[in-house]
Amino acid sequence: MDIEIIANPKITIKDLNFFYGNYRALKDINLSIAEKMVTAFIGPSGCGKSTLLRTFNRMYQLYPKQKATGEIMLDGENILDPKQDLNMLRAKIGMVFQKPTPFPMSIYDNIAFGVKLYENLSKHDMEARVEWALRKAALWGEVKDKLKQSGTGLSGGQQQRLCIARAIAVKPQVLLLDEPTSALDPISTAHIEKLIDELKEDFTIVIVTHNMQQAARISDYTAYMYLGDLIELGETSTVFTNPKRKETEDYITGRFG
Amino acid sequence: MPMFSHEARLKRQAVYDLLFRSLTRVSAFGVLALLVAIIVSLVVGSMPAIHAFGFGFLTSSDWNPVNDKFGALIPIIGTLITSGIALLIAIPVSFGIALFLTELSPRVLRRPLGIAIELLAGIPSIIYGMWGLFVFAPLFADHVEPWINKHIGTLSYIGPFFKGPPMGIGMLTAGIILAIMVIPFIASVMRDVFDVVPALLKESAYGLGATTWEVMWQVVLPYTKVGVAGGIMLGLGRALGETMAITFVIGNAHELSKSLLMPGNSISSALANEFTEAVGELYTSSLIELGLILFFITFVVLSIARYMLYKLGQREGQAA
Amino acid sequence: MLNLYTRRRIYNAMGLTVSVLAMLFGLFWLCWILITLLDHGLPALTPVVFEKMTPPPGSAGGLLNAIAGSAMMTLVGTLIGTPIGILAGTYLAEFGQRGWMAPVTRFINDVLLSAPSIVIGLFVYEIYVVRVKHFSGWAGALALSILVIPIVIRTTENMLRLVPSTLREAAAALGAPQWKVINFVTLRAARAGIITGVLLAVARISGETAPLLFTSLNNQFWSSNMDQPMANLPVVIFQFAMSPYEDWQKLAWAGALLITVSVLTLNILARVLFRQSATTH
Repeated sequence: MDIEIIANPKITIKDLNFFYGNYRALKDINLSIAEKMVTAFIGPSGCGKSTLLRTFNRMYQLYPKQKATGEIMLDGENILDPKQDLNMLRAKIGMVFQKPTPFPMSIYDNIAFGVKLYENLSKHDMEARVEWALRKAALWGEVKDKLKQSGTGLSGGQQQRLCIARAIAVKPQVLLLDEPTSALDPISTAHIEKLIDELKEDFTIVIVTHNMQQAARISDYTAYMYLGDLIELGETSTVFTNPKRKETEDYITGRFG
Repeated sequence: MPMFSHEARLKRQAVYDLLFRSLTRVSAFGVLALLVAIIVSLVVGSMPAIHAFGFGFLTSSDWNPVNDKFGALIPIIGTLITSGIALLIAIPVSFGIALFLTELSPRVLRRPLGIAIELLAGIPSIIYGMWGLFVFAPLFADHVEPWINKHIGTLSYIGPFFKGPPMGIGMLTAGIILAIMVIPFIASVMRDVFDVVPALLKESAYGLGATTWEVMWQVVLPYTKVGVAGGIMLGLGRALGETMAITFVIGNAHELSKSLLMPGNSISSALANEFTEAVGELYTSSLIELGLILFFITFVVLSIARYMLYKLGQREGQAA
Repeated sequence: MLNLYTRRRIYNAMGLTVSVLAMLFGLFWLCWILITLLDHGLPALTPVVFEKMTPPPGSAGGLLNAIAGSAMMTLVGTLIGTPIGILAGTYLAEFGQRGWMAPVTRFINDVLLSAPSIVIGLFVYEIYVVRVKHFSGWAGALALSILVIPIVIRTTENMLRLVPSTLREAAAALGAPQWKVINFVTLRAARAGIITGVLLAVARISGETAPLLFTSLNNQFWSSNMDQPMANLPVVIFQFAMSPYEDWQKLAWAGALLITVSVLTLNILARVLFRQSATTH
């Protein structure tokens, strides 16, 4: 299978297989993620796109009977190496989930939570960092007067931007977004999409989405997956207008899925 | 003719429906009636003591059947202190057990270990009492209490609370045994509420690089605090009302002592020891008033516990 | 940064170690108590225990009357408490959707579930023993039945709520009246869970001592008359254990082992039964 040569890869995956017990959910995946670009994984549900995303920060390791084999190189270091320190890895790779997950604490503490794990900042520096993250996540204007209020009191779209702010506050290199807008209304979705476009200046972004239009709107590269196989990876404009593979074309034109 | 019999049949079914419905309603109403009956009967039984001592009953440390002077202060204090000791020990241990069962235990061990802890709750309280009196108390007196006397009893401020003859029985022993008894109640509520924390919330914290301890302490515990507090109150309710285990080891002394190593008394053990032997209306009535006080305290504590657990349940319902 | 991280890892390791220790702490007491029981109870558990009556102070004997008395009062207590509990639980699950009564009853029931059992003993003493002017097996059974009711109500309601509403609708769509739907479909579907609840209730009351102290009291001799003071294992254990006589103490250990084994067996049986029914559905 031919892999698109990506000029500036941040992450390179070689022969990745993933197992839920005996079930093989990912089959010999090879692909690269370009630095400071947005890469989207699309495909019908059950195709393994979320599973693939969750190998990047080894979130699967919370659960028994899930395991990955192969290589995921991040800046020349193998993520899957058992010696890899999980917490340090997750500091470098931030993640945002399908549903907003504000922690049961104030808006300020939600952002500070992750930062405090790695840095001993003075009160002043921490305030600056929280403001920076909230501004980056385009939430500052809406919450700057209620930082001490609980994060769970915000609207769904605001909560999700809070989670994005929380993830970028620790200044990760890669941001994983697992269907970040699937629980949101169209207006909040538009907010977040605009945000993703701005965030790629600073971060390498990988997004899983079930919404093809979204992938077309916001991503630079698109990978189409089906039943655990990577079918096609290419520049988004090419994949959507002139796919190389028949399967991709069928999916994109809505013939199935 | 067929029409007619059909109609009669339907009518009969409607009557059965009404009967059955009323029967279940009367049974449910019975629970409310039971509560009222308990309160009324205890109040009526306490009337002689209430008339004789009034509110002074609560603050008097007299307990003298010979000249008919009774006060509830010592048993009330004993009940509160032993339950307090029990919670001090049981809360951290229960949190540890719940953390182990939800996050650390290998999957195959999770169920058997959970059942083992619940069996601890199944052991009848009289067994705890016997074991406490014959096995635990002698060991405690020989090996632990001398150490406590020597090392804690000599400290300033808290020293006096830990100084006394190493007898094995007393408030501290009773508190420790109570702790073992309420651990399974608190631990299983904590485990249940930890289990309903959304996986995504935990993953979000792990995704930031938090350690298991940080996830539990800073995210899961704040998220479940209402339920955890409910579990603790439930354990407290149990501890306050526990009878047999304490009766064996508390020493049953109607004396107010500063030291936790000295014998004391609790409401329930005073009842268990003295009620059938009490002679005279005032003596019996004072004991019943003790029972009324115990019921009142546990009722309040358990109501708070249930209220907290309901609140958590409602939030779950909204989230789902 | 490394410093902070090292500290975090040490805290984590300490926290998790303490958690493992807490688990071991819990298991430690369970094992210690069970071993003590076997150690003292097994040598004392001779056939005589099941053949002879409780002895007068200082002589040998058995626990036959106490075992029989406990069995009778537990049985009667369960027989009184179970139907009331099931009916009330049914009301809460099936009829109590509207109005104030169901929520209030549920709340009160949950409070009664953990109410001190000694107060229940006092209550029965006040309303029954004082009236008839003597302790009796009936009074003991009555006190035990009051402990059974809340447990059965709780499990019945929970189990009925687990029955899918499609099942009720299917039966009702056939034109079955509600009492038939509930008695022949819903309650039947929830049967295993309800039996579990009853077993747990039996386990709970067969070890209860406090509510019997002021109700059935005790009886040194054989008595199958429920209207007389009745011997029962927990109170016999209490009296014998607190006595200075070695023979009595030995019998107390034998009784303690008997009670614990039956209570724990009932507990495990209830769980196994419930699990089996849950997996076959």
